Parts: sequence; structure tokens; C-alpha cells
Amino acid sequence: MADSLIGQGIRRVEDPVLLTGRGLFVDDVHRPGMLHAHFLRSDFAHGIIGSIDASAARAHPGVVAVYTADDLGDYWAKGPLLVPPPPIEGLVFNEATAGPLARGKVRHVGEPLAMVIAESRYVAEDAAAHIVVDVEPLPAVVDIERSLDPEAPLIHEELGTNLAARVGQSKGDYAAAAGGAHLVVKRRFTYDRGVSGAMENRGIVADWDPVSEKLTVWDTTQAPIPIRNGLARLLGLMESQVRVVAPFIGGGFGPKIMMFYPEEVLVPWIAMKLGRPVKWIEDRQESFFSTTQERGQVHEAELAVDAEGRILGVRDVFIHDTGAYDPYGLTVPINAQCTLLGPYEVPSYESEFTVVFTNKTTVTPVRGAGRQHGVFVMERLLDFAAAELGIDRVEIRRRNYVPAGSFPFNHKVLFQDFADLVYDSGDYLPALDRAVEMIGYEDFVKGGQAAARAEGRHLGMGVVSYVEGTGIGPYEGARVTVEPSGIVRVATGVGTQGQGHFTTFAQLVGDVLGVGVDRIRVTTGDTGEFNWGTGTFASRGIVVAGNACWEAARMVRAKVLALASKRWGVAESELELVDGSVRVAGDPGRSMELGRLAVEANPLRGAVTPGMEPGLEATAYFGPASGATASGVHAMIVEVDPDTAMVEILKYVVVHDCGEVVNPVIVEGQIHGGVAHGIGNAFYEQLVYDDDGQLLNASFMDYLIPTATDVPSIETAHVVTPSPLNPLGVKGVGEAGSIPTGAAFAQAVQDALGSGAPDVCEIPLSPNRLWEIMEVAARSGARPGHAEGGAS
Amino acid sequence: MDPSTEIVRLVVNGQSREVGVPTHFTLLEALRYVLGLTGTKQGCDKGDCGACTVIVDGEPVLACLTPVWEAEGREVTTVEGLAGPEGIHALQDCFDLHGAAQCGFCTPGILCSAAALLAGNPSPTREEIREAIAGNLCRCTGYAKIYDAVEAAALRTGGPQG
Ligand code: FES
Ligand code: FES
Repeated sequence: MADSLIGQGIRRVEDPVLLTGRGLFVDDVHRPGMLHAHFLRSDFAHGIIGSIDASAARAHPGVVAVYTADDLGDYWAKGPLLVPPPPIEGLVFNEATAGPLARGKVRHVGEPLAMVIAESRYVAEDAAAHIVVDVEPLPAVVDIERSLDPEAPLIHEELGTNLAARVGQSKGDYAAAAGGAHLVVKRRFTYDRGVSGAMENRGIVADWDPVSEKLTVWDTTQAPIPIRNGLARLLGLMESQVRVVAPFIGGGFGPKIMMFYPEEVLVPWIAMKLGRPVKWIEDRQESFFSTTQERGQVHEAELAVDAEGRILGVRDVFIHDTGAYDPYGLTVPINAQCTLLGPYEVPSYESEFTVVFTNKTTVTPVRGAGRQHGVFVMERLLDFAAAELGIDRVEIRRRNYVPAGSFPFNHKVLFQDFADLVYDSGDYLPALDRAVEMIGYEDFVKGGQAAARAEGRHLGMGVVSYVEGTGIGPYEGARVTVEPSGIVRVATGVGTQGQGHFTTFAQLVGDVLGVGVDRIRVTTGDTGEFNWGTGTFASRGIVVAGNACWEAARMVRAKVLALASKRWGVAESELELVDGSVRVAGDPGRSMELGRLAVEANPLRGAVTPGMEPGLEATAYFGPASGATASGVHAMIVEVDPDTAMVEILKYVVVHDCGEVVNPVIVEGQIHGGVAHGIGNAFYEQLVYDDDGQLLNASFMDYLIPTATDVPSIETAHVVTPSPLNPLGVKGVGEAGSIPTGAAFAQAVQDALGSGAPDVCEIPLSPNRLWEIMEVAARSGARPGHAEGGAS
Repeated sequence: MDPSTEIVRLVVNGQSREVGVPTHFTLLEALRYVLGLTGTKQGCDKGDCGACTVIVDGEPVLACLTPVWEAEGREVTTVEGLAGPEGIHALQDCFDLHGAAQCGFCTPGILCSAAALLAGNPSPTREEIREAIAGNLCRCTGYAKIYDAVEAAALRTGGPQG
């Protein structure tokens, strides 16, 4: 048997199509007679809708229809609460989800007010300009710390409060721990809001065929199957009448798992109503207002340690901004709450968060999904404690790690999947040691930094750890079929947005069946091919769908072995599957291509043996009891220019444990991309709202995401502790890169600013903001100060 | 047909085509929605992201900012036309080899930027590669594997002898 396909950095099977421009993305779908939709959106962050007069727009040449909330009749309904709150005692949760078009009030800029359907997008947009909207503006709630002020205007009057949720979780006795502590460090931390910034905007094309009575929808979703199920329900169709295809998707990063966006509810409906295909493609500016966002939190946190720096307890009280609605429940703040504990033993923990509504775009998970906030708070608290105790920052982490022999390790708080936060596996010290060695920690702290400083260069280093719960349930499925041609078809329901699933799933199946990946065709995200599953989120594709693919392949393999052993009268143990054939080991005469065996297994005459199913096909499902725990250490060296406050990342190291690696090139790519995203967040990505709730930087000209000149080269290494919770031992990796970046960046910048500098407790740290921090440092006489003349 | 439609002669990927397009169309719209060459992507329509980059007379150009008539009679190359008679472009092969594409949405534009670079500068430095693709945003890859791929392609096609 050839070497295992698993673990090889083979070329991606999807690349030949993508690299020649032949990949089908939603905006590439064109249907004859297709109409175009455009949405008129609110210019106000908060206001009461008086009237909407669409008569001039309806009369505009080329316009087919215009809809406001009132025109939707019974079809108008509030969207679903996607993730109900977990069963935590004393939890308060106030649900507020949006209807497809605003009714009565607008609650954020960009909320859709009307839909125009026309012969072209140009006509639709021109006509929308003729819709007269009368909105009486209300003061906007923008600052998350003011949302609950008694004088703050109510965003959802029916709730009588701007409180979306309040959740406390605790274990041990923090007050006692703090009382007996050698040191308690307290700080206030802020983390601001950004966009996911997928290069492809959202879009949807719907086509109703009145003859076959089938609806086909191409949608930029991370969750095609739930969209199919929901559309069938909304439209009164059988699920089998609706096919949702998520073709190639130009990046997801979280917001494309949100459902239902208004456009997803309305475009299929109107396509059926008009009997013509309808397309809507979000434009980039629209995306800044209407695609969900994330990251705004403010934490007041404290850490109690003994004289050796051992953690006695943590207390954290934070506010989380959910924006105008809270359809995604508490996933993001619960991730922040749980991920704070990181790789550390924390005997007592008291955590309470308050979720508030604001007049801003709705918040749902974006790559990392709240985990970075928890990591940021914990890692920075450890930094401050280490500094005050005079303990090396690497050492304080080492002293507090959950020891290697203690897995599974239960933190005894509830995680986003409603189960206890249990780490299934891990080994933190080797990762730390490796990262410290790769970044050159010893040399740096023992002289490198000082030598650079003597030359007027302000270098700083950051070294941080994190743990990431990945690959949660409920389940995914896959079907593996050997075609008569010998081609192996694999179909699974998860959508894919660039993670290389076509390749890694092919590797898993090919490995089991002894078939090269060039003979395997993977379909993801097409409900016409496979229609059980949930979607791509929480870094779960490879864990949940990957294991389902592998299991289905093993079932097919078992069928092959049973049939071949009967055919040749040999024991199954004498058979092997190699190069697309099954054969008797060492007997070239008795070999058969899998395709031929598939034909034999599906005879036109004779009988299929009782207990066997026809053909070579199997379907399997995988649902892990809880998530697989990935972890890692990031380290970086930065240089801060004291004159401009520009930060340059000189070196970046990632040591990562994502369990068994199916394709190292793909894993490395996922980490690189995550780190780049994290660098953007840490450095300058920030949605800037004015007091009226107007977004001031709604374009890639004004909202910067990292370009080729901003991202350093990243060195990666792996520690492998296989997850015991799935047969492949894999863990997710999609979000990992972006989670600890902010913490590492802040520590490194703080280190570069030197002792006496003000605390760096916020993200992002744009050059402007850092300049302000350095001004304070300069005035208080600490280095580096541009006022002193800066670098010589 | 729209009264403001005009016939424009475009030379795309070596083929001369006369097409009727609305006069307000950009080159990007003409490519994608009239000629059906959907490989070139639209990420912003404002010149900020680089997804729409194509090669016009050897230079990388943002098709979303180029009125279609401005391309009249000029040589336009899109991702669909990068492959030559002897097969795919070295860049395409190296992008595959080095894992330089993830979702693939930015990739056609980056391939065009890089192809234009290599055509004019067969052995660019890493810094020159960075500069050449600095106008192409990619959210997936973190760019490192893209540099690797462009470097590898340069070694294959250009090298010191140029
Ligand atoms: S689409 Fe042309 S630069 Fe973004
Ligand atoms: S590969 Fe997805 S944006 Fe570049």
C-alpha cells in the first residue's frame, strides 16, 4: 500500500478550477430572464418610520415590483433565534430579531426599508432613489457603556430596556481567593468592532421552475442545509422542492453563517411570485452596514495570584455589544467568558457579562467569535502580574498551565455548546518551549532588546498562549459512492469558503479506499447532493464533516472487502485496496477495479445478498459529544518607531496543536490567514461610528485590512495531541490564527514602550492611538518619547 | 436593447470580439456580464480591492474603474487567458503547488498583477513582489504563500538570464 494520504501536503483538487477562473461563485450565476434586486436602506441609525411612498419608484421604467414591509402581508415575520441561551442559572435573555424589511422603526444604518425589483441593477438603484421615506430620527445608542443609562433611548420599546442579556458563571470562591492573595491586578480592557471582510460580498440568486415546481437558490451561505429547510418552511414547499447551492464562496469568516438575512428571505419569495429568476449581489459599502460584525467588548477584570505568580482566581465583568438585534444568542460572549480561562488552572472564577443593544449593525460570530477577547484579558492580566511580581512572563505562564497528565480537564463552566468546558487533550509546555526557542526569547531578553535600544531602536516581544474549543456538534454527514467509472463521489453538507475541504475530504476518503485524490470528486454545500447537516462554523469542518467522510469511506471499504472475499473465497484479511482496485495481496491475477465491483454489486438480474445494499455506497454521520480542544502559543517581535508610532512586526512564530494534521500546507495557510486577520484587528481595523450612529469608514479605502506589505512572514511548528473525541484525532484550525494575535501584539508593544509606559489595554492599537499612549509616556518621562528626539 | 448600447471592439485573450454594451458599462461589467468571462471578480467596484485586476497592453488595470470604451482595441488578458498553448501559466501551477489560493476570490486579480510583474521583470525581489500585489487584498491567505508562489514561478520562467 502506498504511503498514507493523510498528513501529506498534496496539491488542492479545487485549484485547477479556481486558478483558471472557472470556479462558480454566486455572482457568476446567470439565468435567462433574470431580474435584479436592490434594497433601499435606512440612512438613520434610529428612528420612527412615518411613511414610505414607493409610487414613483413603481412607475419608473424597467421596474417590475417594489416592496415595503407593508406589502409583504403575511410573509413578514421576525427572523428566528438561531442559538437559544444555554441553561445557566439566573440567566436573563431578551430576544429581538429583525423582520425582512423594517416595520415601524429603524434600528441601525443600513437596515432594509424596501426592495426594488427591476430589469437591471442600474434601474433598480435609480428607482430606489425615487422612494420617499419619512423617518423621524431618534437619538442613537452608540457607546456600549451608555446603552443602559436611564436616559438612553429604548431600541426595542416592547422590551422596556436595552439589556439583551445578563449571564453570570462562577466556580470556587473568588472573594476568598482575592482576600488571601499576595497580589491582585485590576485593569480595564477594551476591544473594538470590525468587519469580517470576506473579499466576496454576500449574494443570492433564486430561480423557480413552475414546470418541475422546484426552487433553486445559489447563496453565499456557510449553512446551505438550514437555509434550505428554512426556505421550505417559509415558502410552504416540501424540502425536496428546494435546492440550495453554496458554490465556491469567496471567504466566510462567520457572518455568512448568519441566517436568515433579509435578502435570503425575500429574493426566493419574489422569484416565485414573479416567476422569474432574481439576483441580488451586495455591494461593498452595503456590506459594511448590512453584513453582521463583531468584537465590541469592555472588560473590568482582575487576577489574584500568590507570591509565586500562581493563579488563585479571576474576576471579570464585561459588556458585550450585540448591535441592533441578537439573533445569534449568546455564542460570542460565552466564548469570551470561557476562552478567558485558557490553558491555565484557575481555581476560582467569577464572570458576569451584560449584553446590550446599540444602534449598530447586528453582531454575530466573526473568525474567533469572542475568543480573542477572553484571551486578551487573561494574557494581559498575567503580563501585568508578572511585571509586578518581577517574574519572567514566560515563567508565569509555565507555572499556571494545566499539567500534561490532567486531560480530560473540566473547567466547570458551561461552554457555547451547552456542555461543560472540558479540554479533551493538550500539552502546553512543549508548545511554549518550542515557541520561545523559535522566537529567540533568551537572546532577546538577555541582551538583544537592550542592544537594539542602545542603537535607538525600540523592540518588544510578545509571547502568549490560548486554547480554542473547536469542532462542536451537533453533527454532519457524508455519502461516499463508487461510480461504475471508478470515480469516487463524496457528498457532504457543510459549505466551504476556501478551507480546502475538497482536498482534505478527498485525502481522508482516498486513504481508506486506496484511491488517488484525482479520482475523487467532493461536493460540499449543495442540498441537491446531500441534505442533512448544519454548516461551517466553530472551526468544525474537518472535525465533524471530515470524520463523517472517513466513516462513510470505511463503510464502503467494508462492503468492498465483503464482496471481494466472497467472490474469490479468501479471507478479508488477505485483501488490499490499492490504486483504485481491490486485490488479493501478492496475487496480481485476482484484482478488480472498484468501479467494476460497483457494477457487480448493482446487478440487473440475480439477487443482492440479504443484508447487503446494492452498489458501493454508504452514508455516515458524526456527532461529537463535545468539542476538540486546539491550543497554541504565538510569539512576535515588533519594532515601534517613536517618531511615527508605526509598528513593524519583525518576526512572528506560531506553535499550534490542532491534533492530527490531514494536510500541512492547508493547515499552515489557515494559520497564516488567521494571523493576518488578527494583525488587522490588533493594529488598525476599527469601525468608527459617530454619535449619531453613522459609520464613518464604510469602504476599503477608509477601513484598512492588511495588505501584502503589512503581513510578516510567519514561522509555524506543530505539537500534536490527538483529540480522543473523534477517530481521526483532528481538531479545528480555521479560527486559531486570529485568536491570540491581539494579546501578543499588545504585550509586544508594551514591551517596546518600556517600563513606566502606560498600560496597553486596548485593541486596536492603531498608530494614532499608540501615539496618544506614547505622548502620555513621554510626558511622564518614560521612554520612548518622540519629544526626546526619538531614535538617534 | 437598451438605447444607449454601443458596439465596442474588444480584444480579449487574443480574440477580437465586437460586443454591444451599455455605454456606461465598465470593462469589468463587459467581461463578466456581456462576454461571460466571470473569472475576473468584483469585490468593491471602487478601485479599493484589486479583485478585478486584468492586464491591458501589458499593464495591470482595475477593470472596475475602466470604462469599457477605454479598452477598445487594446489587448486585454484575463485569468481565463493566462494559460498559453503549452498549458497553464507557471504562476497558476506555482499557486497550486504552494497553496497560494484559499477561497480563490482574490486569486484571478492577484494572478494578473503577478503575471504583469513577471512579464516586465522576470526575476523580481520579494519586495518587488509585495509592491506589485499591494493593491490586491486577500483576506484568506496572509499573503506569504502568494509570495512563495510568485517567486517560484519567477525562478521557473525568468531566472537570472531574464
Ligand atoms: S472590484 Fe475593482 S478594485 Fe475592487
Ligand atoms: S484566497 Fe480568499 S481572498 Fe484571497
